[in-house]
Amino acid sequence: MSERKIILSAKDIEVKFRVRDNYLTAIRNVSLDLYDGETFAIVGESGSGKSVFTKTFTGMLESNGEISNGSIMFEGKDLTKLVTDKDWEGIRGKKISTIFQDPMTSLNPIRTIGSQITEVIIKHQGVSAEEAKAQAVEIMEKVGIKNAANRFDEYPFQYSGGMRQRIVIAIALSCHPEILICDEPTTALDVTIQAQILQLIKELQRDLKFTTVYITHDLGVVANVADRVGVMYGGQIIEYGTAEEIFFDPQHPYTWALLSSLPQLGEKGQDLYYITGTPPSLYNKILGDAFAPRNKYALKIDFVEEPPFFKVSDTHYAKTWLLDPRAPKVEKPEVINNLHEKIEKMTSKGGAFYVEQQQ
Amino acid sequence: MSNSSNKEVLLSLKGVDISFAKDGKKFRAVKNANFDIYRGETFSLVGESGSGKTTIGRAIMRINPLSAGEIIFKGKRISGKISKEEDMDVIRSIQMIFQDPAASLNERATIEYCVSEGLYNFHLYKDEEDRIAKVDAALESVGLLPEHKSRYPHEFSGGQRQRVGIARAMIMEPELIVADEPISALDVSIRAQVLNLMNKFKEEKGLTYLFIAHDLSVVRFISDRIAVIHLGRIVEIAETEDLFKYPLHPYTISLLSAVPMPDPIIEKQKDLVVYDESKRDLSGPKPILQEIRPGHFVFANDREMAEYEVKLQQMEKERAELDK
Repeated sequence: MSERKIILSAKDIEVKFRVRDNYLTAIRNVSLDLYDGETFAIVGESGSGKSVFTKTFTGMLESNGEISNGSIMFEGKDLTKLVTDKDWEGIRGKKISTIFQDPMTSLNPIRTIGSQITEVIIKHQGVSAEEAKAQAVEIMEKVGIKNAANRFDEYPFQYSGGMRQRIVIAIALSCHPEILICDEPTTALDVTIQAQILQLIKELQRDLKFTTVYITHDLGVVANVADRVGVMYGGQIIEYGTAEEIFFDPQHPYTWALLSSLPQLGEKGQDLYYITGTPPSLYNKILGDAFAPRNKYALKIDFVEEPPFFKVSDTHYAKTWLLDPRAPKVEKPEVINNLHEKIEKMTSKGGAFYVEQQQ
Repeated sequence: MSNSSNKEVLLSLKGVDISFAKDGKKFRAVKNANFDIYRGETFSLVGESGSGKTTIGRAIMRINPLSAGEIIFKGKRISGKISKEEDMDVIRSIQMIFQDPAASLNERATIEYCVSEGLYNFHLYKDEEDRIAKVDAALESVGLLPEHKSRYPHEFSGGQRQRVGIARAMIMEPELIVADEPISALDVSIRAQVLNLMNKFKEEKGLTYLFIAHDLSVVRFISDRIAVIHLGRIVEIAETEDLFKYPLHPYTISLLSAVPMPDPIIEKQKDLVVYDESKRDLSGPKPILQEIRPGHFVFANDREMAEYEVKLQQMEKERAELDK
């Protein structure tokens, strides 16, 4: 992993929003290196800052927001220095593309599917209309639209939700981006369609070799797609590591809590685990560990001093005082202990989620 | 196994068809739906969007009229025209919880008004004191405080708003709650709170739920029985355990295979089972919903029924060996 090429490097990013006369600090000193070709998933609840953070990669912060500190290096350029749409030309939508949650709002309802794809191709590649159409049909076929040439002139309403999301993916990929940001790409879709879309993105990534950043609150999706995972809370990444490390050897109590509250792990007739309280207000300065007030494992120091990142392995880091050598030994909750063995039991013959493979 | 004979049927759908006119053509959103919901159970309706699950929920709330069949609640027909007293009684007894708690609360009304609205509409209180006592009790039962009464919906988090939505339903002392995707719009940790709360009311008050959802992992945790619906047609009904142990209809199997598991090793090896009706052998007489084991129904014709029987016996044999 360490020898792999870093394609994007965000350092000490801080993002502030001006709301009336107040400042809200949405992102607090987040650093992240993205490796070429990997799939990195950012998981967190609403308000944790996961969307805001990745919006800084394409300069799409709302107008009252600004990057108040830090740098984002991409192809030798610091993206935080780009201001106007002209500065961003050639990067946003071309080298770094985004897919959003709701395919209906990303597509123009009164223009044909075909014209919306060719527009992007013509704009970014400067090819002729005919060439663009040929490319558009090709990419439509690639994302699994059957009979693409005939459906080229149809409108978004003639497509189902899953098909629309395929079109959004086609548009995002039409310029062969280096990085594809998927912001909750399947939240608005049904489970069966969700599984197909995730599969599609994976196959395209294998063929076209781009780097993917997933933003999601669904740990099942994370398990399906991610090579590496970063967990966000209160505007910070509080733990990151390979997917295996985050699921099977989580260190931060917030990661424990997120995993514990999954209904897949719930026993019928017993209460599901849930996190008490509410996330911190980002208007105030946060002292110590942002999760401390909701954390039953919190130490005294958690309320006073922000924990640094402690190294768990070469690829796994967590921002919790529990990893300090002086901290008392705390075991993670029983429900997520030996998670792999538990899930393996659930999904093998005789388990609750066993599905017979079809011939 | 199920001994449905000594359970009270609270709600019953008999041959329910619901059609909408679309571009002058008739569109059958629900096709011949038949099922019973017993008092005190959580009955779930699972399927993808457009499958007709919400349409059934809305028909029970008497928002969507039926084009055929009838809905029976506590032994009385509630679909079609009914008397005014019955109407009042049904409105009170069947309440609904919605998907988006922000959209289902009046943004400009205080929580006190939002929760009291049903009481006002039906004069279900003696005097002001009684009304306030009822609102306080309802808020407390969902884990909110009496001082929250004077606040507005936007001052609450998503989970708290959904709890207001539940309080609003509970204050009417309903017997049946239609919960239409009540947790889909909520964060993972808050989902657990709302599910626990729904279970609490079921245990304490013997409340009955029709739970409408698309995610089988949530449904497994909360339901006693599950009906799977595909394109307006109920394809399988079974007790939760049986549905997961012995899924028969290929669509049920594809839904099961799509449940994401929180395990990167297993999730990455998983083979997706895609349901494609056009690739199935649909020859033979018209299929109907048939009981293959007590309480376990599957939509099939006689040929398919024979195939399912073979498969089911095989699964039961394997299960018996595993249990040994």
